[in-house]
Amino acid sequence: MMMNTFVTENHENVARIGVYVCRCGLNIAQTVDCQRVARHAGEIADVIVSREITYACSEPGQMTIKDDIKEHGLDRIVVASCSPRLHEPTFRQMMLQAGLNPYLMEMANLREQCSWVHMNAKPEATAKALDLVHMSVARVRLLTPLFEEILPLTKRTLVIGGGVAGIQAALDLADNGYEVVLVEKTPSIGGTMAQLDKTFPTMDCSI
Amino acid sequence: MADAGRHPNITLHTLSEVTGVSGYVGNFTINIVKRARHVDETSCTSCGECAKVCPVVFPDEFNMGLSSRRAIYIPFPQAVPSAYAINMNECMGRGCSKCLDVCDKKCIDFHMSDQEIQVKAGSIVVATGLEPYDPTQMDEYGYTRFENVVTSLEFERLVNAGGPTQGTLIRPKDRKHPSSVGFIQCVGSRSKRKGGTYCSNICCMNTIKSTLVLKEHDPDMEIKVFYIDIRAFGKGFEDLYNRSRQLGVKYVRGLPGMVEELENGDMRVAVENTVSGKVEFHDMDLLVLSIGVKPASGTQKLQEMLGLQLTSDGFYLEAHPKLQPVDAATRGIFYAGCAEGPKDIKESVTQGSAAAARAIRLMHKGLITTEPITSMIMEQHCKSCGKCVEVCPYGAITMDAKKKSPAKVNSAACAGCGTCAAECAFGAIVMNHFTDNQILSQVDVMLTENASEKVLTFACNWCSYAGADYAGVSRLQYPSNVRLIRTMCSGRVDEKFIWHAFEKGAPVVLVSGCHIGDCHYINANHWTEKRIDKVRKKMEKKGIRPERLQLSWISAAEGVRFARVMTDMEKLRKGVTAEEIMATQKLLQKDQKETVPS
Repeated sequence: MMMNTFVTENHENVARIGVYVCRCGLNIAQTVDCQRVARHAGEIADVIVSREITYACSEPGQMTIKDDIKEHGLDRIVVASCSPRLHEPTFRQMMLQAGLNPYLMEMANLREQCSWVHMNAKPEATAKALDLVHMSVARVRLLTPLFEEILPLTKRTLVIGGGVAGIQAALDLADNGYEVVLVEKTPSIGGTMAQLDKTFPTMDCSI
Repeated sequence: MADAGRHPNITLHTLSEVTGVSGYVGNFTINIVKRARHVDETSCTSCGECAKVCPVVFPDEFNMGLSSRRAIYIPFPQAVPSAYAINMNECMGRGCSKCLDVCDKKCIDFHMSDQEIQVKAGSIVVATGLEPYDPTQMDEYGYTRFENVVTSLEFERLVNAGGPTQGTLIRPKDRKHPSSVGFIQCVGSRSKRKGGTYCSNICCMNTIKSTLVLKEHDPDMEIKVFYIDIRAFGKGFEDLYNRSRQLGVKYVRGLPGMVEELENGDMRVAVENTVSGKVEFHDMDLLVLSIGVKPASGTQKLQEMLGLQLTSDGFYLEAHPKLQPVDAATRGIFYAGCAEGPKDIKESVTQGSAAAARAIRLMHKGLITTEPITSMIMEQHCKSCGKCVEVCPYGAITMDAKKKSPAKVNSAACAGCGTCAAECAFGAIVMNHFTDNQILSQVDVMLTENASEKVLTFACNWCSYAGADYAGVSRLQYPSNVRLIRTMCSGRVDEKFIWHAFEKGAPVVLVSGCHIGDCHYINANHWTEKRIDKVRKKMEKKGIRPERLQLSWISAAEGVRFARVMTDMEKLRKGVTAEEIMATQKLLQKDQKETVPS
C-alpha cells in the first residue's frame, strides 16, 4: 500500500500535518501524477508526512494513516482522494479511531473534480491537484476541533404516501416496534397498485 | 393494505397532506391538514346504503372514469380505511340529506371540518408515488378522439374482476367484445418530443402481463404489441415474455406513426416495421396505449418543503445512486417507490423495506448526534443590530431588541448554512468549520501562483459541489483551471471573500448554489442573490467590470450544466486582461488602506 513517502522531521511547528494522495487504483493515478503531488505536499510548511497511497479508503490505507498519526504525532490529516461527499464520514471515523478530533481532517477532491474531468489534460490536472492539496493543507492548519452534541430523538417515522412502497415501509417500521404516522392524500391507501388487475411476475391479484 | 390499516403502531391519516415541516433530523415537526371525510371512519361499516340513495352521480376516479360513483362513495370495495367519504364539492348538502336518513350508525356529519394535525417524528419516508402519463398530447394516437383507444390503466380496470365490467373485456365505443387488441409501447417514455426521455421501467412487463391475461380469457384473441425494445430484464421476466410469444402474441418492432378510426369503430394502425423496413397497416378492435410513469404532482411542493433535490426527470434525487439509494441528501429523510424513479411492485417493496431499515438504523439508539458545524456569536463584537435574526432561515438566532443584549444561537436548531456570518457587518459571528480565515486561506493559496489563469468558484455542498461531482462521475470534461472552494451553502459566501479574491488577482469569481426554491437551507440562497447583486453594483461604482463576478444556480443533477458554466467562465476569464486585473488589485489595495488604518 505504501508507495512513496516523504517525511520531514520538524518538531518546531504547531501543526503536524499528514498528507495522503490517493491513487484510487488508476482512477486518479492515470491522469494525475500522484507521486509528484505527494512530493510537493511534503515540502509545504507543517507537513510532516506526505504519502502516495493506492486506496486511502481501504483498511490497509487507513491503517497506514493511523500508524503515521501514532508514529509521527500527526494532529491534522489531508486526504487527497475522492469527493468528501462520498468518503468524509469514512475518514472522520478513522480520525476518531486514531484518537484525533474528526473535524481536523480535510479532503482534496482529486477524483470527481480533477482526474475524471481533465482526462485529456494530464499536466494541467496534476497542476490543479497540487493547488487543491495546497489549499487543503492551508485550510486544515486552521481547523479547530469540534464536538458533536447528543440530543434525544423522536422514535417515530412519518411516511408520506400510502402506495405499496409506503405501506411496506410503514409495516416494517411498525413491526419493529416504531410508531408510524402514515399520511395519504386520497380517501384510501393502496395507491396505483390497487388499480392493477394481475401483477407480474407472479400473475396474481394486487390487493 | 389491511395490515397497515389495523396495525397498533400505525396511525393512518387519509385525505391528508403535509403542509409544513420544521426541525431537523431526529426531531422533525410536521403539520398535516386532514380534510373532512364527513363520515366517521371508525363507526362506518361500509354497508353502502348511503350511496344507494345519493342522487349525485360523478365519474369514478378509481375506474378511470369508466363507471360512475355517487357524491358519497368508497373508492373501491377493499379500501382502507373501509369507510365511505363525501366529496363536499359535489354533495347537495342539507337540502338533500338522503344519506343521513338511511345511515343507521349515524356516522355522517355534514359539519365535520378539516383538521390541522401536528406530528413529531425522528425520520421521514417519502413514498409519494407516481402519476400516469396523460397521452392526450400525443395526437397521432388519437387518445380522447377515438373511444377505442384506451390507456393501459383504463385497460386494467376493464379486465379487472372488480372493475366496471366485472372483468369482461369490452371496447368503450360499442361495448363489443374485441377479438383483436393492439398495444403501443413507450407512450410518454423514451421520447425527446413528448413525455419523458427516460424508460418508465414497468410498461414492457405490464403489457406482457396483459397479453397473458387476455390469452387466458380468450386463447384465440389476436394480439399485437408495437414496441422499440422489449425490456424484460428482471427475475422471471424473460420467461413471461417467451410464454407470451409462444401463445401467439405478435411483437412488431416499430412505433406507429398514425392511428385512424374505421367506420366499424376498429382502429387502423400505420407502422414502419423496422425489422422488415416496410410500412404496414394493422386493423385492431381495441388499442391500448402503454403509458409511462411521471413524478407525482405534489413532488415539487414537498421537495421545497423538505429541502430535497430532484433529478432532471423530476423524480427525487438520492444521496448516492449506488451506495445510498434510498437516502435523501438531507439526513433523516428516505425515499421509497416511484417517488425516486419509475419502478415495479417488487422494487417498490424492496425500497420500502430498505427505507424502513435505514430509518431504524438512525433511530434505534433513541439519541441523535448533531453536526457541530453551527455558528457562534462573539458577544464582545455583537452590536445587537438584529441582522442575523432576520436572515436565519431556521429562526435559530434570538435577540432581545429592547435590552440590546447580544444575539444567541440555538445550536440544535442551527443547520449551519453560515448566512448569518456572511451578513454580519461586525464580524461578530464565527461559522464553525467554515470560518473567514479558513476560507480566505484557501483563496490565498489558490491565487499565490498564476492567479490570472484561475477560475475561482465558490460551490455549495448540496447542489453545485454535488453537480461538479456529478460532472466527474459522468466524465464530462471542462477547463482544468477551475478551482472550487466548498461552503455548506452559497449563503456563506461573504462579500469580503469576493473582494479579497479580486484583490489577490482573481480574474473572475463564480458563486454557485442551489436553484432558488431548492436551497438546502430553506431560502438562504435568497440572501446570496441579494448580496451578489449588491457587490456587483459596488463593483460598477468602483469601475470594476461587474461581469467578472458571476452567480449561477447548479443543481446536484446538473453535471452537464456545471461543465457548461465552467466553459463559459473560462471564456469570460480569457476576456480579462492582466492590466485589468492589476488595476483592480491596486484599486482594492488602496481602498483597503483607506478603510483600515494600520
